[in-house]
Amino acid sequence: MSSTVQDAVNIKPTRGGEASGSGDFPRGNGGRDGPGDWPPGVSSDDASEPRKYQIGIWVALGSILMLFAALTSALIVRQTPALNGGLKDWISISVPPMMWFNTGVLLLSSVTIEVARRALKHNLYHRFRNWLCVTTALGIVFLVGQVIAWRELAAQGIYINTHPHSSFFYLLTSLHGIHLLGGVLALISVTISALRLRISVRKRLAMGAASVYWHFMDGLWVYLFVLLFFWR
Amino acid sequence: MGKIIAIMLVVLVVGSAYTFVGLGRWFPETIAAHGPAIDAQFRNTLVVVAIAFTLAQLALGYAVVRFGSSGKDARAVYTHGNDKLELVWTAVTAAVFIIVAVLGQRVWASLHLNQAPPDSTRIDAVAQQFQFNFHYAGADGVFGKTEPKFIDDSALNYVGLDPNDTAGKDDVQLTTLVIPQNRPVELTLRSKDVIHSFFVPALRFKQDMVPGMAIKVHFTALKTGKYEIPCAELCGQLHYNMKSFMLVVTGDEYDALTASTGSQFQERFTALQQQYQ
Amino acid sequence: MATVGHAHGAGHHHEPPSGFVRKYIFSTDHKVIGIQYWSLALVAVFVGMALSALMRLQLAWPGHEWGFLKFLLPNAAANGTISPELYLSLVTMHGTIMVFFVLTTAPQGGFGNYFLPIQIGADDMAFPVLNMLSFWITFVAFVVIILAFYAGSLVTWLQDYYDIESASNGVLGPMGGWTGYAPLSALGERAGPGQGMGVILWVTSIALFCIASLLGALNFITTMLNMRAKGLSLMRLPLTCWAWFTTAVLALLSFPVLLAGGILLLLDHLAGTSFFIPGGEYVNGKLVTEHAGGSPILWQHLFWFFGHPEVYIAILPGMGLTSHVLSTFARKPVFGYRAMVYALFAIGLLGFFVWGHHMFVSGMSPYTAIAFSLITLTIGVPSAIKTFNWLGTLWGGQIRFTTPMLFAIGFVSLFVSGGITGLFLGQTSIDLPLHDTYFVVGHFHLIMGVAAIFGMFAGTYFWFPKMFGKMMNEGLGKLHFVLTFIGVNAIFIPFHIMGMSGAPRRYAEHDKLGYLGDIMPLTRFVSWVALLTIAAQFLFVGNLVWSWWKGKKAAENPWEATTLEWSVSSPPPFDNFGGLEPEVHRGPYEFSVPGATKDYSMQTEPETAPAHGD
Repeated sequence: MSSTVQDAVNIKPTRGGEASGSGDFPRGNGGRDGPGDWPPGVSSDDASEPRKYQIGIWVALGSILMLFAALTSALIVRQTPALNGGLKDWISISVPPMMWFNTGVLLLSSVTIEVARRALKHNLYHRFRNWLCVTTALGIVFLVGQVIAWRELAAQGIYINTHPHSSFFYLLTSLHGIHLLGGVLALISVTISALRLRISVRKRLAMGAASVYWHFMDGLWVYLFVLLFFWR
Repeated sequence: MGKIIAIMLVVLVVGSAYTFVGLGRWFPETIAAHGPAIDAQFRNTLVVVAIAFTLAQLALGYAVVRFGSSGKDARAVYTHGNDKLELVWTAVTAAVFIIVAVLGQRVWASLHLNQAPPDSTRIDAVAQQFQFNFHYAGADGVFGKTEPKFIDDSALNYVGLDPNDTAGKDDVQLTTLVIPQNRPVELTLRSKDVIHSFFVPALRFKQDMVPGMAIKVHFTALKTGKYEIPCAELCGQLHYNMKSFMLVVTGDEYDALTASTGSQFQERFTALQQQYQ
Repeated sequence: MATVGHAHGAGHHHEPPSGFVRKYIFSTDHKVIGIQYWSLALVAVFVGMALSALMRLQLAWPGHEWGFLKFLLPNAAANGTISPELYLSLVTMHGTIMVFFVLTTAPQGGFGNYFLPIQIGADDMAFPVLNMLSFWITFVAFVVIILAFYAGSLVTWLQDYYDIESASNGVLGPMGGWTGYAPLSALGERAGPGQGMGVILWVTSIALFCIASLLGALNFITTMLNMRAKGLSLMRLPLTCWAWFTTAVLALLSFPVLLAGGILLLLDHLAGTSFFIPGGEYVNGKLVTEHAGGSPILWQHLFWFFGHPEVYIAILPGMGLTSHVLSTFARKPVFGYRAMVYALFAIGLLGFFVWGHHMFVSGMSPYTAIAFSLITLTIGVPSAIKTFNWLGTLWGGQIRFTTPMLFAIGFVSLFVSGGITGLFLGQTSIDLPLHDTYFVVGHFHLIMGVAAIFGMFAGTYFWFPKMFGKMMNEGLGKLHFVLTFIGVNAIFIPFHIMGMSGAPRRYAEHDKLGYLGDIMPLTRFVSWVALLTIAAQFLFVGNLVWSWWKGKKAAENPWEATTLEWSVSSPPPFDNFGGLEPEVHRGPYEFSVPGATKDYSMQTEPETAPAHGD
């Protein structure tokens, strides 16, 4: 059991030489080396495939991109009278004020997650933990803010089936929200590990992927905001 | 086993040839001005396809007979390919495919990239579950206004003719398409509910009728007679039973029909129906 | 077996779970998941085939009272006849189940899952838990589609239970075809029975399937890019791996688009939006006032942007496997390996730019149609390269006629027969009379239906020994091949001439059309052959069961093949290579190497002589 205690505070890789410099994990040489080098509780597989989270997240972003690209094309078709039977039924809704606040929150969270990621890279553990908590909190604030924005609109009598713009507004923002919720859940899982002073190699690698995802969600939000309200 | 496969492949080639040629089932005789061009393009493509199909299947059959294993110790030819051969093969097929592809656009372009001639006979076609309605402008040659809110199936106002529009007073709605022979016809295709498709095999023509859209198409029929119009896009449970007829009548008969109104129209229409059974 | 990693305790992959549930049901082992996918597809293919048998019965003997149907479908076929709406339900379910739960599930989810990691020398997929989720979401999707089948009965039951006035006549599921064209699919029950709850369940199932496929594709791509064994450079990968990889990329980029379409359709049903329902609709005697402004064509674009790549998702794994099996049993390297890889890419890439050829007569711009037509026919070029190189692989070989080899040869023949008729349909002009007729049905059944299925048969006969450790019976296998090959050709080639004479697809009866009056003998002929061919498939099931139970034990490498899966025991150990990392020394298809002692040189064999190939 003593090893568990040692493991619990072990946030930097113990493998020789890796802690210095960039602090990044060893790039896979494909080697499934002998057991001796790895701290208990860490699978050597995680280190033999250090790029899997990086590759995986970019691949996943590819499919998310396609989803939103498809919906963008649907929006353009729906917005263009010539493509929907000549009916000019596109009534624009104005930006719910709450959404400006939400956008600010999300942009800020992109900064904080970057600070956290760099802190982890340099093994500045407390700094990492604090900024990670801030990011997670900002993510939750954003989601709550979105619910408030929806309620603002609903209070004006604008629902998903009111007109095409409101349909796309609710659809796109909620799909973004679901994806962001996934990111928040991932961050919460890392945060809990961080608070318990237990950040495994796997979590460490996943953190890099999570920040890529988070930035993407941030960029996607800005894109959707522009598409929904400022693009004609 | 190689021989069995080879025999099956030879039977496949012969059987396919027999199916296509020997059974005598082919396109119905075409009545459209553009029909012979489509048929010719089909035949030319068929020649290309038949040659490629036969060569490929027989080559496969030959290979399995010729190159069957001759024992445990026999060795196959050790080669990873032949770049020159592959290049030639690729270039040849590419050339054939591109030529076919370009030729295959001609009829399409003549039908769809050109406007209908200005003197075309114009008829509105409105599909619904499970019938085709055809709206004729009547003696004045002007279509009455239509709107969905005026649709009333029980009053036989299937296309939603505005009762207050004077231009529509002489308009006629039929479930049969009557068109003049040898004259260009322009149809405006609409649908009231779901997607249907206007298809006349003898015309070599098909176009979906999409709700919310008014799609203009044109063609010329060269032969009088009665032809079926099956619905060719799945539209609901009675899709298989949704069909109408196209009567191609002589120009004079058509003029006489459209010039008449009321009971006279009905009489002439009934006469035409009997004439072209 | 080496014990690498066993000293570590939790967190590593090398020790098999001991509980039944973790081992066989919620397993994260790619081999178990592969078999689960394969079994799901096997169940699905028999459901799909049963539906097609019912369709053939109706077409050949319209209106006949089938006593057994009264028991099978007491609600939908109370008097034993197949009503038009039941027929369309059968059409819809047959298409959906076959395309999604067979053609997409078995070649990729089944064989891909089982053999991609082994063939690249990995111990599992990159994300085993995602892999498990992917299967179980697919499974739920299958349950939902079966529920959709009973949507009518479900609604009736609920109405009876809650004493609601019954609006449903207890018909089966949705009846809009597997393409579910809007607005027929978006208008609900008023557009026809089964179009309400039936469509909702149908599209839910498809959306779930999309999500599962995306998780699967993510796993395949990451695994293949990141987990290859030492020495296994990209150009030493078996063609099966390239095919699975290309398929995964297609799935990754096309399924989100279908998902988007599915979400929009679901919202039209449930949230009252109008994405696909245009204005001024007058349906079933009533004006539709709550929807306006949607675009029916939009659904077709979204659907076919997915739908066309989906065709390649179904067939590419079969193409990879055919190359693999032809080379193995011709005892000869694949002819033009690189060209085969590039042709796979080319087909995959072009596949994204041709969806409009399904929509020539849809009301799309005629100029766009011409562009789509030209790109469509260029797909013929990489397809021709494949055919040519398959023949080149056989040429000069020492062919061993094993059952998998027979099905691979059958695949080549069917690929030619089915693919070549695309030359007609891809031309805008010729599509005018042939669109939506039996010509199309014959074309796509031969190529993406039967050819792809032949790929699966070849895969099953080829890999069964590795998956289950038993050899399959060769005699039964050969008989199965001969009957099936004759059967499918006799079914689908006549479809072409039916289409030429103007028989529209999705018709519950054909003799309502005067010009098809004499089609009955041909229809009955096809139905008889179809029923016999379906019966012949029980040879396959019998063979599976018998071989699994009593089959001869399979050695490590019964086919004398070269790739990595044949370097481990049959079935492979839990972590595939017993904790060792395989090292690859040569290309995947080194058969009949001059100077070698055997006529096959395995990828793992250390070099003794100068390297050959790649």
